[in-house]
Amino acid sequence: MRLLLPLIAVLALTLIAYAGVSGAGMNYLFGVFIPYAAFLIFLIGFIRRVVQWGRSPVPFRIPATCGQEKSLPWVKRNRFDNPFTTGEVIIRMLLEVFLFRSLFRNTKVDLREGPILRYGSAKWLWLGALAFHYSFLTILVRHLRFFTEPIPFFVKWAETLDGILQVGVPAFYQTDMVILAAVAYLFLRRVFVPQLRYISLANDYFPLFLILAIALSGILMRYFFKTNIVGVKELTMGLVTFSPKIPEGIGVIFYIHLFLVSTLFAYFPFSKLMHLGGVFLSPTRNLANNNRAVRHINPWNYPVKVHTYEEYEDEFREHMKEAGLPVEKE
Amino acid sequence: MAGPAKKFRPDQMGYYNKAELSRVNYKPPREDWMDTKPEFRIGNFIYPAKPKNLICVGLPNPREWAPMDEDWKLPENWKEILLEGIAERLEKYRSFRLFMDICVRCGACADKCHFFIGGGDPKNMPVLRAELLRSVYRKHFTTAGKILGRMAGARDLTYDVVKEWFFYFFQCTECRRCSVFCPYGIDTAEITIIGRELLNLIGLNVNWVLEPVANCYRTGNHMGIQPHAYKEMTEFLLDDLETVTGIKVTPSFNRKGAEILFITPSGDIFGDPGTYTYMGYHYLFHYLESMGLDITWSTYASEGGNFGLFTSHEMMKRLNAKMYAEAKRLGVKWILGGECGHMWRVINQYMGTMNGPADFLEEPVSPITGTKFENAKSTKMVHICEFTADLIKHNKLKLDPSRNDHITLTFHDSCNPARGMGFFEEPRYVIKNVCNNFYEMPENTIREQTFCCAGGAGLGTDEMMEMRLRGGLPRGNAVQYVQKKHGVDHLACVCAIDRATLVTLCNYWAPGVEVTGVHEMVANALVVPGEKKRTQDFRFRPLKGMEEEADV
Repeated sequence: MRLLLPLIAVLALTLIAYAGVSGAGMNYLFGVFIPYAAFLIFLIGFIRRVVQWGRSPVPFRIPATCGQEKSLPWVKRNRFDNPFTTGEVIIRMLLEVFLFRSLFRNTKVDLREGPILRYGSAKWLWLGALAFHYSFLTILVRHLRFFTEPIPFFVKWAETLDGILQVGVPAFYQTDMVILAAVAYLFLRRVFVPQLRYISLANDYFPLFLILAIALSGILMRYFFKTNIVGVKELTMGLVTFSPKIPEGIGVIFYIHLFLVSTLFAYFPFSKLMHLGGVFLSPTRNLANNNRAVRHINPWNYPVKVHTYEEYEDEFREHMKEAGLPVEKE
Repeated sequence: MAGPAKKFRPDQMGYYNKAELSRVNYKPPREDWMDTKPEFRIGNFIYPAKPKNLICVGLPNPREWAPMDEDWKLPENWKEILLEGIAERLEKYRSFRLFMDICVRCGACADKCHFFIGGGDPKNMPVLRAELLRSVYRKHFTTAGKILGRMAGARDLTYDVVKEWFFYFFQCTECRRCSVFCPYGIDTAEITIIGRELLNLIGLNVNWVLEPVANCYRTGNHMGIQPHAYKEMTEFLLDDLETVTGIKVTPSFNRKGAEILFITPSGDIFGDPGTYTYMGYHYLFHYLESMGLDITWSTYASEGGNFGLFTSHEMMKRLNAKMYAEAKRLGVKWILGGECGHMWRVINQYMGTMNGPADFLEEPVSPITGTKFENAKSTKMVHICEFTADLIKHNKLKLDPSRNDHITLTFHDSCNPARGMGFFEEPRYVIKNVCNNFYEMPENTIREQTFCCAGGAGLGTDEMMEMRLRGGLPRGNAVQYVQKKHGVDHLACVCAIDRATLVTLCNYWAPGVEVTGVHEMVANALVVPGEKKRTQDFRFRPLKGMEEEADV
């Protein structure tokens, strides 16, 4: 059910777009209205969620330290896994966000008769995640070609780099292949690793299917069912310049692709995909381990009931005197 | 479970067959995790807090109850209390709110938890432990969860869910190993801390945590040692010290005007093998006195540890307050802290924020070497290993490491100093200077990847024996590895809980390995002017080459 329902949902979304455009001719709805709405939901939802996180304070500085702290001056410290200054924190965060450093540490446990526990390196998840995110990013950048005129240099770079193999016409983009492989890997491990299957929710499968469908529809559009690319650009430029129009002759596959992308955008702020924003805010990663040198302030710190020394001495004074311990009151 | 060996009870390690216990079944059940219930049996849960302890510190719903009973005697509006408690904490802790939202269930944390590795229960995978709470959060605090329910991984807060929380939040030692591997730094300790805080609101707590809390509140230490008894116990141990070394040590207690206040866990005065480390501190301080050390102990702040951390943030603050209060009353300049795990997490990550600023203290300076402890200039509390490492670096200690030649040592990084501080080189530097035979355990089991003793965060009680032995497998196995490979027979650590729990663990998984503290090793090696010819260590065992003389 956790697997099937998301699959059905994505198929249904595809069908809706197909029927809506090809059957009912609601090109305007699918080409203009829904993308606008989805983008708005994404924008507002994303900001709202981040603001909501931001409104909760960070009462304590609780970095998880993964290397030697700053200690005596002659002790060699690990600046990036145990940052002491803001600059070091920034580097730690960059390593985390761009290279998935924590995931890189991943190990695999193997328990054998004996018992003997062995720990092996397990970099596949790291590699798969990296492949997935970077191909996604590249594809996203490439798509900026549809929303800019003239097309900025970095978009062209991304295209050139992505098509560096120079195979076929139109040029084959490696990321198209990589993202399919990565999504397939991320999906298959959820299905075949028993523990992962056990913890996976419908909300884990749905984005995978959705992204897979988006990638597939994009690939189909580019390499197989040729689309009126000039018309597409006219439409997308119309969207960004707030003068939306629906050019003729754009295939239905484009509308399916666009609708699935819109769904992803609208779904984003309400889902685990928000880790995109959350990773920057994680208090175990984005704080310096310098509590003993720089006091951290808790905005809601409040006085608590304590057992004072006076109360303590009152209870034990006679015993203390007998034992020769100094007391405040004789 | 292990076929009940006769003559043993489930709270004794002999009850558990090693071969059987180490055949772990990692296969998750067929049913959905939302449909399974925990099985409470002696050995896998901790007894509830006694009413008197709750009353002592003013916690709600004191009563007699038992986890194996159907009725847990919760207040009528328990659900309301819990939901309000969650709402309040979502507002107060960004960590909590964020960790409820951003987990992608990638599973990287799954096989990082010692309880999962040794037990195989899928709900001991950190991701699922957090989902126990997350599912309720989704149902009651997110739109998608409200509408889609189970499809969105949401479930209602029911009586059974509460029981599950109690079971699994007290099967987590808040060791943070999983958080090292999490791509978003989701910290299960944070989830467990808040989970326990919530449970405390309706009177679900365990005695192994609450009794130390109540004791500490009233008598100043977890063990409930009253001031006069603290002094007597110290004197008793110092008599042993005198027998071994020929030196009479006379420490001061509650002395106003001393330069430094020393605070260490009471566990080390209470039971072996912590006592030897405790004697070690005294021996070191005695040695340094002639060099200008002016230090005093306190009976009021006679606890370094803080079981409040295992109860709630508020309780942590209430107990921790004594350290600064006593330092202020005695008028000392700064505080020196003994070897303890979670104590140092509290000192490093909470104390200054909660009970600071310590502006009545001075920035710590070693009176012997003149070293300024710049890294502690705000909290004004220095770790004894930092202090000793600095002394050794400056050649201030006369050391004879061959006095530890009868020992082959390994070092266990305690979870909290490791992942809540990054305290790796300081103790190692000290050890390497006082001990000739030192070997590290495998790299996936030390430093930031260190494995818990499986008895931290208030779980180190015998009634929890099954889970402790299971959770202790990764650590125990690593100890056994160096025992076989290098002949390691002693395991040093900088944690009083470790010194209490690892003894059982080693006896079970690596019999023949003894547990010790870094400062027991230091004191063994310390050559003190005026001492008699040393033939024994603090445990009255002959030093190497002294077997015959020591027999006397």
